[in-house]
Amino acid sequence: MNFDFSDDQKFLRDEARKFLEAQCTMAHVREVLDDDSKSHNEGVWQKIVDMGWLGAAIPEEYGGLGLGMLELCVIAEELGRTLAPVPFGSSAYFFAEALKLAGSEEQKQALLPKVADGSVIGCIAVSEGPGETSAGNIATRLNGGTLSGKKIPVTDGDIATHAIVLAKDGSGASLVIVDLDQSGVSRKPVKTLEPTRSHAVISFDGAAAELLGEAGNGMPLLDQINDRAAVLLAFEQLGGASRCLEMANAYAKERQAFGRAIGGYQAIKHKLADMYVKNEVARSNAYYGAWALSSNASELPEAAAAARVAASEAFWYASKENIQTHGGMGFTWEVDCHLFYRRAKLLAVQAGSPAVWKEKLVSALEAKND
Amino acid sequence: MDFNDTPEEAEFRAEARAFLSQHLKPKTPGALRSGGREDFLARAKAWQKTKAQGGFAQITWPKEMGGRGGTVMQQVIWGQEEAKFDAPTGPFAIGLGMCVPTVIAFGSDEHKKRYVEKALMGEEVWCQLFSEPAAGSDVAGLKTKAVKDGDEWVINGQKVWTSGAHYSDYGILLVRTDPNVPKHKGLTMFIVDMKQQGVDVRPIHQASGGSEFNEVYFTDVRIPDSDRLGDPGMGWKVALVTLMNERLAVGGSPGPDWKEIMDYARSAGTLSNQAFRAKLADWYVAAQGYKLTKFRTQTALSRGETPGPENAIGKIINANHLQDICNSAIEMQDHYGLIVDKDEAPSDAIFQESFMWAPGLRIAGGTDEILKNIIAERVLGLPQDVRVDKDKTFAEMN
Repeated sequence: MNFDFSDDQKFLRDEARKFLEAQCTMAHVREVLDDDSKSHNEGVWQKIVDMGWLGAAIPEEYGGLGLGMLELCVIAEELGRTLAPVPFGSSAYFFAEALKLAGSEEQKQALLPKVADGSVIGCIAVSEGPGETSAGNIATRLNGGTLSGKKIPVTDGDIATHAIVLAKDGSGASLVIVDLDQSGVSRKPVKTLEPTRSHAVISFDGAAAELLGEAGNGMPLLDQINDRAAVLLAFEQLGGASRCLEMANAYAKERQAFGRAIGGYQAIKHKLADMYVKNEVARSNAYYGAWALSSNASELPEAAAAARVAASEAFWYASKENIQTHGGMGFTWEVDCHLFYRRAKLLAVQAGSPAVWKEKLVSALEAKND
Repeated sequence: MDFNDTPEEAEFRAEARAFLSQHLKPKTPGALRSGGREDFLARAKAWQKTKAQGGFAQITWPKEMGGRGGTVMQQVIWGQEEAKFDAPTGPFAIGLGMCVPTVIAFGSDEHKKRYVEKALMGEEVWCQLFSEPAAGSDVAGLKTKAVKDGDEWVINGQKVWTSGAHYSDYGILLVRTDPNVPKHKGLTMFIVDMKQQGVDVRPIHQASGGSEFNEVYFTDVRIPDSDRLGDPGMGWKVALVTLMNERLAVGGSPGPDWKEIMDYARSAGTLSNQAFRAKLADWYVAAQGYKLTKFRTQTALSRGETPGPENAIGKIINANHLQDICNSAIEMQDHYGLIVDKDEAPSDAIFQESFMWAPGLRIAGGTDEILKNIIAERVLGLPQDVRVDKDKTFAEMN
């Protein structure tokens, strides 16, 4: 039994934490928050690119570091802790992983080295309206290699150079890769609950697109991409949830009410203990997801779903109760609590809401226990 | 990351499994809780003896105490394997897990010679007498008193929630020997002969209907001073050693889990219900969270680290989880869910049975609230709550 990260992976985590604590502070996050013209923090992004993290899980033959999925999980947790205002997840968890999973040799050769060196920033464009996206409720259409339709919201859609887009294709759906720098593509920012991560509405009007994977195989492939991304998102969520508990804990020890620190009252203690329990449940499920992801285990669908459900619950609970623990201060713009509350919501609904993942989980369990 | 045993662990597991299958039958599905059978105690005593003779009793105890001199990891592996078999272990869990280790830590050479082997060989059963009607979560506030009379102590008072007192031969007994100091400082621990005059064991009629626990009344019970464990007034420190051992002794699945309720829902045709499916996902995540957190603990153990107070989360998750699953299963059965008659009720009434057991599980061995205090204070480092009795003597407060 060795259900833990290796010493090398822990070393990477420590290094990443040190780096981000110095290079990606809340002041860096607030530069994006308080400036509508900024889609992300370019300085932080460039430093992350220089660290080579985008290529952590990209094989060396495609220009990456060739470390592995566990290393990417470790980095994801640290990015989550610091609310890094950069398009890392869109490019590394979704775009690169989708290419690794289903890209042709040519596509991988053309794009993966550029994702690794930051010259290509990828994103994924699925949603078109309220509710769970399916092949039946999208209007974006692929027609003989050209794409027409509108995607909203696309996380990091205004920063990205390339997108993977879900489109109707005949009677089914396909995934396509689209170069966003072309005349058939127009995009503009869309305001969301989470201003430290940019979002766009992207319109396609006869844009050139090439298939990712087989035609008509869009939905099953999207499920596979999401399963992989879910584990990585869970680590970001876990990082954020851990920070919320640390913030609430520090404040509860310092804030005095009725003559003593509020952390001495059981109402606060039990709230923080509940946070701790949820975070540990999320951590254990995320580790299992990491194991399944890194070992290509057949358990990945249920492991990814469980990791995502647990992490979404943990971050939601920790982020809302962190505000509550801070009282009135927690509801001010200046105190950072709301930034975690916002990020928690983005990470919970990106790639499918908790309800969607609960259903995926139960479907996977049903299939296994028939 | 991997879930495989090391070669040494695998070898031990194979050895354990071979021994178990030689002596026991695999657990039958649905038999989630054993106990209550007429011959249960006799079977438990026989199995304990077999285990001891085979070298699998008390794996972490040193060899000179009759143990195996093994690692905590081997103890964990043994526990996992033994749980797959119909092993009657209940009556010895508290004695060998908590009481006898306390005797080993604080008893004289004569005590060790007299008690350890008999317990290990399954000949004598022990119970733990700490809780009282007015001292549960705040057990240091207990009132049963011992007064010195020559070379003896005279005990008067009442203990409660004593598992197995009705079939126990000995117990470790925590009593107040000095009321004129703060509560933690006036306690002393003794070995008590449960079969002697003045010890009156009365089964508690539990809310679940069963009687696994007892009240124990002590009326002018005389204990020789030589059966004291630790110095007078040191009882709380001795008790903490006992309770520390509890943390390693407790474990195992207490009843039906996500798989059982999913199987039931499938057979009942309600598995397609959306609200149910969302809950099922939550139960799976919680059960996995519990199981996988134990794996993380095992990893730490196998590296020689000591598990800390964070283990309290297991019991918080488990007890609430069980209660919630049973409640939902019963509501899914609608009016019929009331039936506890095993011939009529679905799934041999395991949901109904555990529904009535779960409230006790949330209280026994540390209530949810006390466990949350432990996490808050010892893991998160939050300040202790105000204790108005802190600098007062026991007598002043009572």
